[in-house]
Amino acid sequence: MGAGHAHVLYREVPSPVHRLAPEAKITAMVLFTIAVVATPREALWAFAGYAVLVALVAALGRVGARWLLLRSMIELPFVLFAFALPFLGAGERVEVAGLSLSVDGLYGGWNIVAKGTLGVLASLLLAATTTTRDLIIGLDRLRCPQIVTQIATFMLRYLDVLVGEARRMRVARVSRGDDPRFLWQLRGFAAGVGALFLRAFERGERVYLAMLSRGYSGRMPAVWQGAGAATAGQWLAAATVPVAAVSIAAAAVVLT
Amino acid sequence: MHISNGIINGPVAGVFAALALAALTFCVLRGRRDLDDRLAPMAGLVAAFIFAVQMLNFPILTAGVSGHLLGGALAALLVGPWVGALCVAVVLVVQALVFGDGGVAMLGLNITNMALLGTAAAYLLIAGLLRVLPRTPLGLSVTAFVSALVSVVVASQGFVFEYWLGGTTDLGGNLGGLAGTMAGVHLLIGVGEGLITATTVATVAKVRPDLVYALRALKPAAPAPVPAVGGVR
Repeated sequence: MGAGHAHVLYREVPSPVHRLAPEAKITAMVLFTIAVVATPREALWAFAGYAVLVALVAALGRVGARWLLLRSMIELPFVLFAFALPFLGAGERVEVAGLSLSVDGLYGGWNIVAKGTLGVLASLLLAATTTTRDLIIGLDRLRCPQIVTQIATFMLRYLDVLVGEARRMRVARVSRGDDPRFLWQLRGFAAGVGALFLRAFERGERVYLAMLSRGYSGRMPAVWQGAGAATAGQWLAAATVPVAAVSIAAAAVVLT
Repeated sequence: MHISNGIINGPVAGVFAALALAALTFCVLRGRRDLDDRLAPMAGLVAAFIFAVQMLNFPILTAGVSGHLLGGALAALLVGPWVGALCVAVVLVVQALVFGDGGVAMLGLNITNMALLGTAAAYLLIAGLLRVLPRTPLGLSVTAFVSALVSVVVASQGFVFEYWLGGTTDLGGNLGGLAGTMAGVHLLIGVGEGLITATTVATVAKVRPDLVYALRALKPAAPAPVPAVGGVR
């Protein structure tokens, strides 16, 4: 339960992107995504520009292409939908390799694949270069209400409590002769969900009381808040990506 | 239920983002009053539980969204509608920012569907059903099951409504089909969600009834049994 707990997606390497203040990274990532979504889907070249931006940040943050591709599998459901669209869409149709496809559907599919992938890659880059603790501090510095950051802090902490408790209960079941196989595991799990919740709550409550007795008042220590806040230089450095993206988007809107 | 970037157009996403922000601000104001020393760790655990449960998701081919459990009813039962909506919203924000699950630009839509619509539908049902049904463990379980089931289906229809307003691809006459697919798949998900919600809440209510928010408002505190002085004569 260490304080600076990193999540599974965090890549521990030194890089200029890692050192950037979290609030600047979050803002840059959100603005970049909005610029991508606002781009008209017919401007194919704009998306190539965004991809170059993502590749540059990935190289600067020393995040490997293989890792990015593997992790972006989360997007698969949407990509499948995108492939269905050319068949489902209405309106004008074209013949491609003997198939009658909807033009609107083809553009729609492309729209989802391109914008979805760029969004996923941007958030993966944020995740790879920012620890959980920094993420919460960043949200706090962006004036996120305290009740929200508090819930988020506990959520990320208790995820580990929950996983640990589930593992303990599984070991307990197995050592009493339960022989879980793939699907049959579900039954034992379902029967224990309520117990899991209660056990995790009681453990989490002890964690909370321990935090309270060490001076927790709903916010992480002031030392964390003050240290490493974004300087003007860092804001400028982080702003390069969204500024480039917004100019590409603006050019795309004007040109199409 | 997570909507990815590019499925709904920008203006509609913007309007729903403003709507979600306004509603969440209201939740923050009301939720502050609720959040005490007992509810703070509970809210965190409910959010963590929902986060873990939402990890199990599968694609719905013809709709462009993923299907998974939502947890709005569980949140409404255990921490109340205001903090509950915030819990689900926090889960969605972290998923969008870090895991790329659901586009950041579509966050307003996702929050409206899952955190606001889902939790609101669940809480209205809970408030109604708990008054009508007998106050037994079975009554609570039935309440949890029904509210979870309905909230999932309501949230899925929120997506259909948004697609009708601003879907990026014209599906022609297929919108009814979309509504049907979404309702059908989410009815199945809702049954699973209802079972999980009911077992979880029933266990918590049996061992620590003080932790179930929905029971606080209704049940007047049972008079503590006073031990007879001098024992049994």
